Amino acid sequence: MQNKSIAQLAADLRLRTYSSVELTKHYLERIARLDPRLNSFVTVAADSALVAAERADQMLKSGEAGPLTGIPIAHKDIFCTQGIKTSCGSRMLDNFVAPYDATVVEKLAAAGAVVLGKTNMDEFAMGSSNETSFYGPVKNPWDETKVPGGSSGGSAAAVAARLCAVATGTDTGGSIRQPAALCGITGIKPTYGRCSRWGMIAFASSLDQAGVMARSAADAAFLLDEMAGFDSRDSTSANVPVPDYVDALDDGIKGLKIGLPKEYFGDGLDSRVAAVIQDAIKEYERLGAEIVEISLPNSPLSVPVYYVVAPAECSSNLARFDGVRYGHRCENPEDLEDLYKRSRAEGFGAEVQRRIMIGAYVLSAGYYDAYYLKAQKIRHLIADDFKRAFEQVDVIMGPTSPTTAFPIGDKMDDPVSMYLNDIYTIATNLAGLPGMSIPVAPVDGMPVGLQIIGNYFDEARLLNVAHQFQHATHWHQAAPAGFE
Amino acid sequence: MALDRSDIEKIAHLARLAIAPEQTERYASDLSNILDLVAQMDAIDTSHVEPMAHPLHMAQRLRPDQPTESNQREHFQSIAPLTEDGLYLVPKVIE
Amino acid sequence: MQWETVIGLEIHTQLATQSKIFSGAPIAFGAEPNTQACAIDLGLPGVLPVLNEQAVTFAVRFGKSIEAEIAPRSIFARKNYFYPDLPKGYQISQYELPVVGKGQVEIVLDDGTVKTIGVTRAHLEEDAGKSLHEDFQGFTGIDLNRAGTPLLEIVSEPDMRSPQEAVAYAKKIHQIVRYIGISDGNMQEGSFRMDANVSVRPVGQEAFGTRAEIKNVNSFRFLEKAIQFEVERQIDLIEGGGTVVQETRLYDADKDETRSMRTKEEANDYRYFPDPDLLPVEIDADFLARAIADLPELPDAKRARFQADYGLSEYDAGLLTASRELADYFETVARDSGEPKLAANWVSGELMAALNKTEVELDASPVSASMLAGLIRRIQDGTVSGKLAKQVFEGMWNGGGDADQVIESQGLKQITDTGAIEAMIDAIIAANPAQVEQYRSGKDKIFGFFVGQTMKQSGGKANPAQVNEILKRKLQR
Repeated sequence: MQNKSIAQLAADLRLRTYSSVELTKHYLERIARLDPRLNSFVTVAADSALVAAERADQMLKSGEAGPLTGIPIAHKDIFCTQGIKTSCGSRMLDNFVAPYDATVVEKLAAAGAVVLGKTNMDEFAMGSSNETSFYGPVKNPWDETKVPGGSSGGSAAAVAARLCAVATGTDTGGSIRQPAALCGITGIKPTYGRCSRWGMIAFASSLDQAGVMARSAADAAFLLDEMAGFDSRDSTSANVPVPDYVDALDDGIKGLKIGLPKEYFGDGLDSRVAAVIQDAIKEYERLGAEIVEISLPNSPLSVPVYYVVAPAECSSNLARFDGVRYGHRCENPEDLEDLYKRSRAEGFGAEVQRRIMIGAYVLSAGYYDAYYLKAQKIRHLIADDFKRAFEQVDVIMGPTSPTTAFPIGDKMDDPVSMYLNDIYTIATNLAGLPGMSIPVAPVDGMPVGLQIIGNYFDEARLLNVAHQFQHATHWHQAAPAGFE
Repeated sequence: MALDRSDIEKIAHLARLAIAPEQTERYASDLSNILDLVAQMDAIDTSHVEPMAHPLHMAQRLRPDQPTESNQREHFQSIAPLTEDGLYLVPKVIE
Repeated sequence: MQWETVIGLEIHTQLATQSKIFSGAPIAFGAEPNTQACAIDLGLPGVLPVLNEQAVTFAVRFGKSIEAEIAPRSIFARKNYFYPDLPKGYQISQYELPVVGKGQVEIVLDDGTVKTIGVTRAHLEEDAGKSLHEDFQGFTGIDLNRAGTPLLEIVSEPDMRSPQEAVAYAKKIHQIVRYIGISDGNMQEGSFRMDANVSVRPVGQEAFGTRAEIKNVNSFRFLEKAIQFEVERQIDLIEGGGTVVQETRLYDADKDETRSMRTKEEANDYRYFPDPDLLPVEIDADFLARAIADLPELPDAKRARFQADYGLSEYDAGLLTASRELADYFETVARDSGEPKLAANWVSGELMAALNKTEVELDASPVSASMLAGLIRRIQDGTVSGKLAKQVFEGMWNGGGDADQVIESQGLKQITDTGAIEAMIDAIIAANPAQVEQYRSGKDKIFGFFVGQTMKQSGGKANPAQVNEILKRKLQR
């Protein structure tokens, strides 16, 4: 069951080959048995999942079911869920049960999806290895000594290990695409504003976007169909019609113009990773695509720009965690300052504190122009690079991550080297563009992701382009040993 | 850009984080390294570039002036660390 | 040394919306603590702000009322600081691009001269909650009902040179916001709070002195006294060899003094930056036209019109345009009675006195505008004398019905029957021969005695003009 696509599961559920309750129990059993090895879930919500599955079975019986009805999914623990703890991977919210549902959660519940639980993540989505979680690191199912990537590492590992059919993630600088690449799954970060941010705990508001982590582009399309759309509660939500992503999957890609930015194939890219990426590009050529070399001259500056913009926004977004209305509060505060300082120092881990401090610094009097304003200007140049590129090409391709998964503990003492993992993914967030990662041939048994970047609101084309590759190849079907 | 101990103390206070004295050096070196990375921005002349605060070129949507929320105090305060008579409690604030 | 005072004001006026500026929580004064604080107002994780259209409309209306530029594009920014009444750890305000730009208002000084005071800007922002310092076992209680209430902060140029000018300016702004219906201006409930930046400099010096900011003054009287005290304090300080420190001070009304707020060791560093949860506010011609479509006549224009149309003095016109309600009341009386000058006298005289004495608001006045107009008509047509009219007014005030009903029930109708008056006068002349003799021998002053007797005899109801005429005729014989 765990290897079936969403389309197959939906068909089986309709034919009563098995019920949603049976399917849910199957996944719960796998989680109980296999997740102790991976630590991909923070919370397993078995009881509420079974209630939802029963309701889904009723809907299936009465013929009111949609394509997601009864399908077991998992939410990244950044989405607020009423009645299930929402920790954001932090001690700060270890005791936090949100009094409301995120829009994404609400929409998927309305579509009849069954929530198995909440997945582990880097604390407040700050990290590229899932090692900053208060709940401990997640392990990569392809090699349990390696990281799954981050920040949506729990969702990536859970999908790769077949512990849920599909999962949600969020992507601020690569947090869907990079773990998808490192875990050998398909991840899509839609255009900024495509999915509502309401109820998604903010890291960097102008960069955060919800998306999907799935085993295939087709599965991702089913989920995105339900998640995407305008939300009046989010001022930054785009009021742009949502096409049917599933419908668009089968379109041909003959004549598709693929841009390869030379900056994405330079120093720092593992040569073996480069080789399998080139093989994947050749596959696209065989499928009738045309390759165009392009340049994104300002993209090497995306990491420095990001480490100004994202910390600045996060330092302000995380100021609300003060031990007063919810969340961690220190014992016996002496006075107000003590309440703030100790609650926050105890509640936040080292990486979150680093970023809060960087953010406070770059916004502070005397430094604003040199850092924040400068970064916002270069951000404009980076977006303009893409604008010019998309006048020439339909999609842009390159590696998602410069290397395959690295050993747990390898980069924890060196924040800057950790940050450079996101060198190929960050620019899309700065520009607000949609991006995907799909598995290609592995290197030494470890997955490699091909990144596909599209123009604004062109998710349907991204999914179509990814699906056509997956139609012609089998890399996305590979399962890690022991989790088949 | 090298930050020293006193910079870290200042920033930590601004961000209301209790940083233990033995952690200060470590944060000073980490933050200095990050700022060195960030300093790559200096290579670009941006004097004629408009800052971009937002990826999408949209205007703020306006909400009709209608009360839509009802009282949920008990619900919201059920997750609060310390309340009394409907108030959130903090250590005495002296004005 | 001669000193000159320099004052600028920042006025926070609460906008009269139904819901908060960024959330759908209701706004009502005096609700139970935290019952009007929704997830957005509490700053729960994952919540997002959406801007209230009415707040923007109100800001635009104000801008237009002070001849200010309305920014076609304005930006909300975050002002970052930690305080328990500030749930998100930042206040959403406007910093670099406020919705209302430079404008101006005119104030009338005591000597009648008109002075223009510049308004630097006005911007939208959210209010904070309230800290309650009563003892909760050594804790402070936080009520976030007020958090997210829309405010318009109106910042003046440092154009005022005396406490009186500052009060005149503050009153002018108060008058405008109430006229155009964007705020109830209720000072007790904190809907109109003033901060005064005060400095002194030697007369003739161009550079400003160091200023102190007096925070959160909530009455015009206190504003005047606080500034007065602060000016004297600064002069004494400088003359005593000291220097003024730039700081925030509070006015203590009980002691009539300002005192320094305990200053934190570091200066505030608010780290303003554009709020990434909110997009630029764009105000196009359509929005502008809609916002000001029903903008009422403003106080200055109304005052000028009252002088021109009704022939009122500047003083009376100023008095009667103090509030929109009073001006409307007056206009109804003037129109219905056809006697604007009498209407002005009655409204500013008898009516205001009665309202003040009984502490009744105009909208609750027992004497409506049409009732007062009815009375004036009866004065005009001679039914009641000017003197007895006050008695009629009193009768109406006390629920005796309209003017005609009171005149009827209290028998206050003027006597204009010449025969009746003649008969009365004949009797008085007959009864006072000595006085008649004195008058006829040239003692003109005694004439008043006869008028008094006649009026007394008639119970004050005899028409005075007729009495005069008949007396003169009869006494001359």
